[in-house]
Amino acid sequence: MSRGIRLGIFAVGALGLALVLAWGVAGLPDFGHYPGPYGTVLNRVAVPERHASNVVAAVVFDYRGFDTLGEELILLAAVLGVALLLRSGKESKEERQPMASEAVRAVTARLVPVAFLFGLYTITFGPVTPGGGFQGGVLVGLSLVLLYLGVDLAAFRAVTPTPVVDLLEGGAAAAFVGMGLGSLAAGMAFLQNFLPLDKIGILTSPGSINLLNWAAGIEVASAFVLLFVELLNYLEAPE
Amino acid sequence: MTVAPYVLAVWLLLVGLYGVVTSRNLIHLTICVAICQSASYVFLLAVGYRTGGTAPIFKGIPLGKRAVDPVVQALTLTDVVVSVTVLGLLLALALKAHERNGTLDPQELSEVHG
Amino acid sequence: MIPLQLVSMLLVGAAALAVVVARDVLRQTLVNAIYWLALVLLFVVFQAPDVALSAVAVGCGAFPIVILLGLAKVRAREHGSRE
Repeated sequence: MSRGIRLGIFAVGALGLALVLAWGVAGLPDFGHYPGPYGTVLNRVAVPERHASNVVAAVVFDYRGFDTLGEELILLAAVLGVALLLRSGKESKEERQPMASEAVRAVTARLVPVAFLFGLYTITFGPVTPGGGFQGGVLVGLSLVLLYLGVDLAAFRAVTPTPVVDLLEGGAAAAFVGMGLGSLAAGMAFLQNFLPLDKIGILTSPGSINLLNWAAGIEVASAFVLLFVELLNYLEAPE
Repeated sequence: MTVAPYVLAVWLLLVGLYGVVTSRNLIHLTICVAICQSASYVFLLAVGYRTGGTAPIFKGIPLGKRAVDPVVQALTLTDVVVSVTVLGLLLALALKAHERNGTLDPQELSEVHG
Repeated sequence: MIPLQLVSMLLVGAAALAVVVARDVLRQTLVNAIYWLALVLLFVVFQAPDVALSAVAVGCGAFPIVILLGLAKVRAREHGSRE
């Protein structure tokens, strides 16, 4: 099938799709006039019920915790797929050249702990201010990759041994599921909030949302580190 | 003005699809798939927006203040983080295809050898 | 607020076209990072700070690094086969 025919078929299909989507969009309420009841109800109810001032975090880890469980398992499966595809068992013998500029090495080596701490802070204060397990997990993972980018591969490898990262990732996903099953075993609904609530605005306020938040944060951070470890090993492996 | 974000979402989807169809490089294709995904993020956030509303985080502001919908934000934020790992999986597939066939061009890869 | 939203939507639309039209993959990776920055601006203007946080970490951090590592492997393999 030549390129011209392919483009022609795409043009016809895209036109049809655009028309159908335009017809669908015309039936939506105007932008800014949000009609549905759930947002209004949640904004009014979430802070008194769950004592979490970040309503989005309460939705992610409590009201719609089952969706978050599904997303975490997608993360696990995708990183598992990358590991399966790219692990070859061949070890690399040669060392890639470390970063030559002394200034970059020095500054990056001192910035990595700051970035790591900032990621941990974002995870911790998720239920109170904007942030949470997913955002902070990405930041923690990226702070460790900064070690590879700015210093050298040996430093990155020293901080992230593969068995530890594997264990953390699987363990955190299992902890998320385990907490849901635990509340089920205690006679409540799956993933129901079972710890006592505290007053609004401090760290211990929302009970088990904090535990789920940390499980998600550790899982996302180790998933990202594992993704980079697999890609780096594949990059370094001899052909 | 009232349908502009929805038109933007449709535009992003069509532009991404055009990139996927006319791509000559599997990694370029992966980035265009990411554009199609971001069309859904823009659409979701546009559905949940309320005029004059603030972010749904009630620290330091009174509880009755008008805020936008938190549910669509919850869906979007987990999706953004998870999508990059799925795109990493697509990239791993592209790298394996390059290893087997020596080319990243989808039109040269389209013949399946039995 | 409305003019700011309109400007950010136009930026996102233009950046998306720029990403698709860029043919060299290395150039496209950097234009992609700019596209995600425009998307982050759109998310902030739509009053979604959590989504903006995750988008900036992903789109300007993790995603370009992943693509660049893949590109480095492809180039290393092509250089190796040429020698």
